[in-house]
Amino acid sequence: MNDLVLIRKNLFRRKLRAILMMVSILIAFAIFGVLASFERAFNAGQDRATPDRLVVLNKINFTQPLPISYYNRVAAIDGVAQITHFSWFGGYYQEPRNFIAAFAVDPENWMKLRDSDYVFAPEVRAAFIRERTGVLVGARMMEKWGWKVGDHIPISSSIWSQRSGSHAWDFIIVGSFTARIPQADTNVMLMGYDYFNETRSFGKDLINWLALRTTSVAANERVIDAIDGMFANSPYETTTDSEKAFNKAFAAQLGNVALIVELVVGAAFLTILMIVGNTMVMTVRERTREIGVLKTLGFSGGRILRMVLGESILLALLGGLPGLGVALLLITRVRDSLMSFVPTLSLYPDIAAAAVGLMVVFGIITGLVPALNAMRLNIVTALGRS
Amino acid sequence: MLSPTDPIDPMIDIVDLCKRFTKGKETITIFDGLNLAIPRGDFVAVMGPSGSGKTTLLNLLGGIDRSDAGEIEVAGERLDRLSESELSRWRASHIGFIFQFYNLMPMLTAAQNVELPLLLTRLGRKERRQRVETALGVVGLADRVKHYPKEMSGGQQQRVAIARAIVSDPALLLCDEPTGDLDRTTADEVLSILQVLNRDLGKTIVMVTHDPAAAQYAKRSLHLDKGHFIEKELVA
Repeated sequence: MNDLVLIRKNLFRRKLRAILMMVSILIAFAIFGVLASFERAFNAGQDRATPDRLVVLNKINFTQPLPISYYNRVAAIDGVAQITHFSWFGGYYQEPRNFIAAFAVDPENWMKLRDSDYVFAPEVRAAFIRERTGVLVGARMMEKWGWKVGDHIPISSSIWSQRSGSHAWDFIIVGSFTARIPQADTNVMLMGYDYFNETRSFGKDLINWLALRTTSVAANERVIDAIDGMFANSPYETTTDSEKAFNKAFAAQLGNVALIVELVVGAAFLTILMIVGNTMVMTVRERTREIGVLKTLGFSGGRILRMVLGESILLALLGGLPGLGVALLLITRVRDSLMSFVPTLSLYPDIAAAAVGLMVVFGIITGLVPALNAMRLNIVTALGRS
Repeated sequence: MLSPTDPIDPMIDIVDLCKRFTKGKETITIFDGLNLAIPRGDFVAVMGPSGSGKTTLLNLLGGIDRSDAGEIEVAGERLDRLSESELSRWRASHIGFIFQFYNLMPMLTAAQNVELPLLLTRLGRKERRQRVETALGVVGLADRVKHYPKEMSGGQQQRVAIARAIVSDPALLLCDEPTGDLDRTTADEVLSILQVLNRDLGKTIVMVTHDPAAAQYAKRSLHLDKGHFIEKELVA
């Protein structure tokens, strides 16, 4: 026997109570695991954004277009190192519910700008530049639909139509790419802007936004002022901001996810903290006499404190770790069906590590008061002797 | 006041001990200048009416309560000079406690209960197990190693408590009404074990009891009344 056995035996002396407390903690950490993973997925764009990348949007809002002519004019501004443009395709595959995140871009410059996020094989890079009807498809999207390089796929648009009146475009998959960093989403499709622009029936020579990299972070302010100043008082005024701010604003359309996570997790934790903390106080109070006996035998106050804290931490871990398991199971089950909306949804190791840290903190907080009471307990009082 | 013989090698030496309790605005004096010396190897029964200070004396001897004045030396250590943590360590190595209501841990087996004091030592698992088996053997419970307290009679539980008290080989056993919750036959069995521990293993025993029959097992009885020993009677 050792202290751990003693702690375990104490914890499970009332099995039903211990199990109910563990289930409460399990629920709290399952909620934490799921919501924290969703929050991370929603904010993946912000995590990926680097400080030297800027986004130029129509000042009204990002759904309003900009002329393609802005592309060359912004590229000529001093301090702009790389630039590309994006046009939202609004695609779906076979049926409208099969949403496809697809963008029309300038292939060569898009790949240059995204080199830090994705891995492009040289032959893929060349094929995407060369093939006008070619599309580049991210690894997760390829996997999701079972596509392979060389496949001809019809992709429809819920926004655009061809001059023939058809909403469907036939594309050839010329290559795929993988993520260089975990936050980079590969559930995405890119097509050449030239082909898209030539074939669509309206919106000619318009784009949705520009993305650029400055020569240095220090040049950001100057470049932002130059761009927005250049197009001030024009029919298409611009607002230029960091990519991080852009992604954050994009994510904000889904609501303040972080706030929801904090409120829900906070409420759940506070409730369960009070329940478990109160139960721990009662549990230790019931053992007053036994604690007095242990002290009589020579167990020091510090050792008693460690044992009670150990018990509450063990309780938190025994409830919390299965809770994380439940969160992992839930995320795995819903990930495929939500891939289009939260493509990077996953229970990342750092979220799991934070949860384990939180379990320990939870255990300390719930056990601290009863542990201090036990440590300070007067032996004579505890034994009911005077 | 008791005027004990001057033992050459005292296990317990109390000089001018004072102990008071405060209850509301009232201060109750339990001891006011108590003196006592008990030699090593003695078996003393402390008797007296309720409120005479028997249990308080036992608490002071075991270092689980503090005196207000005077000197209290047990097993060569001045308890009134030790800090709480020093007292904890001292109790673990020098004192074995036996309570009226056994005070076993209900979720631990007999062997695990007996092993508890050994968790405070540096002994390895194997040596701890050997000591537990020996202690349970001494009290005649070698076959109850894996039994839980609820599966044992009161007498068996008290014998487990005795095994727990002796497992770390303390020099002094302090017993607080050890047979107060037992029938006569079982009480006699328990007291016989204490007698053996005193006679054969040389343990010094101080036993608080109300029961004159229990006191007969001790070498001598001390009668405490209103904080003073009023007589000394040699029994054996």
